[in-house]
Amino acid sequence: MPRTARSIGWHVLCLCGMAVVLYPVAWLAFASVKPPDEILSRLALLPSRFVFDGYSKGWEGAAGVGFGRFFLNSFLVAGLSVVANVVSCSLAAYAFARLRFRFRGALFAFMITTLMLPYHVTLIPQYVIFQQAGLVNTFVPLILPKLLATEAFFVFLIVQFMRGIPRELDEAATIDGCSVYRTFWHVVLPLSKPALVTTSIFTFIWTWNDFFTQMVYLNDTEKFTVPLGLRLFVDTSSQSDFGAMFAMSALALVPIVLFFLAFQRLLVEGVSTSGLKG
Amino acid sequence: MTTLRTPAPPRPVQPRAPGRGYRRKSQPEAFAFLTPWLLGAVALTVGPMVVSLYLSFTDYDLFTTPHWVGFGNFTHMFTDDDRYLRSVEVTLIYVLVSVPVKLAVSLGVALLLNTRRGGGGFYRAAFYAPSLLGASVAAALVWRALFTGGGPVNEVLAGFGWRTPSWVDDPNFSLATIVLLGVWQFGAPMVIFLAGLKQVPAELHEAAAIDGAGALRRFRHITLPMLSPVIFFNLVMEAIHAFQAFTPAFVIGGGRGGPADADLFYTLYLFEVGFQDFRMGYASAMAWVLLVVIAIVTAIVFRTAKLWVFYEDRP
Repeated sequence: MPRTARSIGWHVLCLCGMAVVLYPVAWLAFASVKPPDEILSRLALLPSRFVFDGYSKGWEGAAGVGFGRFFLNSFLVAGLSVVANVVSCSLAAYAFARLRFRFRGALFAFMITTLMLPYHVTLIPQYVIFQQAGLVNTFVPLILPKLLATEAFFVFLIVQFMRGIPRELDEAATIDGCSVYRTFWHVVLPLSKPALVTTSIFTFIWTWNDFFTQMVYLNDTEKFTVPLGLRLFVDTSSQSDFGAMFAMSALALVPIVLFFLAFQRLLVEGVSTSGLKG
Repeated sequence: MTTLRTPAPPRPVQPRAPGRGYRRKSQPEAFAFLTPWLLGAVALTVGPMVVSLYLSFTDYDLFTTPHWVGFGNFTHMFTDDDRYLRSVEVTLIYVLVSVPVKLAVSLGVALLLNTRRGGGGFYRAAFYAPSLLGASVAAALVWRALFTGGGPVNEVLAGFGWRTPSWVDDPNFSLATIVLLGVWQFGAPMVIFLAGLKQVPAELHEAAAIDGAGALRRFRHITLPMLSPVIFFNLVMEAIHAFQAFTPAFVIGGGRGGPADADLFYTLYLFEVGFQDFRMGYASAMAWVLLVVIAIVTAIVFRTAKLWVFYEDRP
């Protein structure tokens, strides 16, 4: 009996913690369907009546650009980033994990060091480069760095994973006459799927949430992504816009929540084995 | 466990018998695989670092040629620029408060979830969720609303008879809300702690319990030392992240550093200087100071690690 009591106590504690932690998310979900005057003033989570004006108003967007456009832009940037990151990082990781070459140790150490480099140190010259090339206010500065594997975290993640794949497999492939390229494509890459999936999910979520880079490089409202679109509501925040702002904030979280629900086990375990941050 | 420590150094290259190498000898192919990464490293990392170091000694407005000013940017920063010093202060407070609190909360929750009871996976996922949402503009907007004048948090506190100010608009409280938002995202270190706790051998706890050690003593003398490499890893990572916090400060502080610059984070001021005032040289100098500070802090943590990080294989 005391065992059961302790177990119940534990569940109660966990549920209380969960309620506190998830309250802001629930608050957002309900705020998005409250009548505007209730959003801030009412303590209760549930609205007195459900109002969906915020969604229709918010979807119209701001500054003459619909929110659908912002979503499209965000999906485009995040989708291309995922492809770019997976391709470039898996190529580099294969070399580091499986091949012998000069300066391997030094280059690997350099890659690890860049993990700790604050982004701001390269930001301004990168901006100057893209500005000189006439690429500011396009999506290129957001995607090109990923195509060039500048996100060392993912290279490291995939290296760690590839190291765990038995070497006998490559050796067998070599004996069977596979070139290095074929071994990569037909042996190592298919076995690295879990690492590639983790890379894809985190790249998507981080790019979706990213605000700083997108704000630096995008100027035209036409080009804006979801975080920048949300910010437009803040700039023009009068009381009446709150409904639209929270409705669009709720929508902005939907892709992340869906990813989370679909991949939560993988996400959470990916973090604990690789040290990736959410 | 090893994957949880700081990134592993590269394996030493083993001497190879002819034809029996553990790694294929493939110089040209290796560089073919490395090409994108090498291009990125040269064109987007090393090159820009060198340029940024040069720019930090100049006045540069993006349109005219950079003008050499020697250490001018750096002396101005520390002697003449009150807002800069304010941003240093705000950032240091944020790092010094949010990182330990976040680590304590994440360790606490990890201890709570480190059990064989059913439902652990479910709670683990639920507690991790804010880590993915927390960095977004949407979450920061919610936070701003929760802590505003007549917002829900104040309503609850008023229920207890406490009258509190509009947190986000009060210079004394605004930073606290951002600290809370940072702490709210405790999921990632928590999950890493949980993985670490699973490695603590149960026999040690059982033996100590038989010897009469209570839960607190076992935590102090078994769990904490066994967990110290993980604490170390989390501490380094969280500190590096905290120094670079931007989005919450930008959104909650209304893009301008909040009331009386209470939310003027370092990166926020850097953004303002570089991309609104176009003082790119000064912003570069700020970026280099940030790099040096992060390097020093990391080095200090690594140095002191010998004193408190316990590795089983190195008694």
